[in-house]
Amino acid sequence: MESIKGKTAIAGLGITPMGRIYGRDAASFAVEAVRFALEDSGLGKEQIDGLLINQATTPFGGLGGLALQEYLGLPNLRFVNSLTMGGATAASMVQIAALAVAHGMANYVVCVFADAPLREDRGGGQAYGAWSAGLRPYGLSGLHLAYGLFGINAPYAMAARRHMGLYGTTNEHLGAIAVAQRKWAALNPAAQEREPMTMEDYHRSRWVVEPLHLYDCCLVSNGGIAVIVTTAERARDLRQPPVYVLGMGQGHPGALTRPGWDADTVTGAGIAKETAFGTAGISVDDVDVCELYDCYTYTVLVTLEDYGFCEKGEGGPFVADGKLGPGGSLPTDTGGGMLSAYYMWGMTPISEAAIQARGQGGERQAPKNDIILVTGNGGILEHHCAIVLSPRPG
Amino acid sequence: MSDYAKPLPVPSPISLPFFEAVKRHELVVMRCRSCGTCRLIERETCPECWSNDYEWVRASGRGSVYSFVVMHQRLHPAFAGDIPYNVALIDLEEGPRLVSNIVGCPNEALKVSMAVEVVFDDVSDELTLPRFRPTFA
Repeated sequence: MESIKGKTAIAGLGITPMGRIYGRDAASFAVEAVRFALEDSGLGKEQIDGLLINQATTPFGGLGGLALQEYLGLPNLRFVNSLTMGGATAASMVQIAALAVAHGMANYVVCVFADAPLREDRGGGQAYGAWSAGLRPYGLSGLHLAYGLFGINAPYAMAARRHMGLYGTTNEHLGAIAVAQRKWAALNPAAQEREPMTMEDYHRSRWVVEPLHLYDCCLVSNGGIAVIVTTAERARDLRQPPVYVLGMGQGHPGALTRPGWDADTVTGAGIAKETAFGTAGISVDDVDVCELYDCYTYTVLVTLEDYGFCEKGEGGPFVADGKLGPGGSLPTDTGGGMLSAYYMWGMTPISEAAIQARGQGGERQAPKNDIILVTGNGGILEHHCAIVLSPRPG
Repeated sequence: MSDYAKPLPVPSPISLPFFEAVKRHELVVMRCRSCGTCRLIERETCPECWSNDYEWVRASGRGSVYSFVVMHQRLHPAFAGDIPYNVALIDLEEGPRLVSNIVGCPNEALKVSMAVEVVFDDVSDELTLPRFRPTFA
């Protein structure tokens, strides 16, 4: 079969205002994101014939948010679905949209993420962490609650601690990622957190779940992002420079309970890389910019290892010199990522990758943008998606 | 102990033998009668060979710390007084990985891969929880 390399592209990007924006629901952010993406691309509403939805913590309608079609008033679509793979969903949506347009199932597929978990009376920790405290544990599946294991931070802290125990990774290493990304955020007018952060600030930030400090954890944001995926030919006729999809892959270790299983320190990125880099015809040395899913600093570290930017276990020393930050040799999460810019799950790295590929990064534009690696991560490092993007079709 | 305010697990049909065993201060795991793999998960089916045929067998109670965390967030009022408290994942000798707490060891001294053994904590009239303490050989 003919390769899909360079055959499809992201042709529109819509980003709503982000962060502590109250009084709006997720559907309203979703509609606005789609409107912005259409304006960005120059497409008309009637040209949209595909819709993929990544519903998050605040639903916008039944059947996984398929009601969004009605909110958008889009009749007679040819390709629709709601996808669920946590933080890997957004990248998966773009992959599936690319497959659909490449094979003629639709011409212009809009991929949407929106969420509005923040309220004026409720902080981010409460929005994401408190839910599990109200549960009555049932059987073995709920046993962790009896031991005081609540929220989503703790399992990622387990993963980070495992890595520390096996390889000597330290908070200083994780802090280098947080500090580098804050430097990028300072150059991004749309970022939520732009105040400079020193390593001392990092160490002083409160423990959330040891070994994770507050600054190891992503933000929580209200907002929405939409991207439009189409064929390379169609993208060339539109308003923005096409962002070509050179390769795509997935890797899923899953949450197995097999004795000895350790997806916390060896993620699905290795498998995803084989497929994505194979299609793109690149090696890790060709990557100019990384837009890595960064729900936690640790996620960035382990992802870099699994792509082979350094050896397994060497992620800490690898990032310690600040190479991920502005002016560094491996620009990573160049908008500030989810740690410092905004938390739109997998859409945060995709949106920033599109900006970088178009050369529209302004002060934060990476010097070289030929090959951009985008990743998504779902569950507790259980699901991984990779996309290789470029301003050129190959 | 009737004022126990932490989450009380409700035994399910599958897990009832586990909760009855810990009440007797015995740790048990599910062993597949088809392939012999041990598990401790809310599943009737062995994920290795897909057999539904299993038995509960007594575990040695020995294991090692896969990983651990120290909780600082006040996410449940009944745990507020325990902060900072540890939660650990224990790899039992027989294979299954179990969530628990480590007792008899300050949080600062916890280590990945440290050897531990089970102790039984009768937290209320209804509930006994297996916890783990460092093994001093």
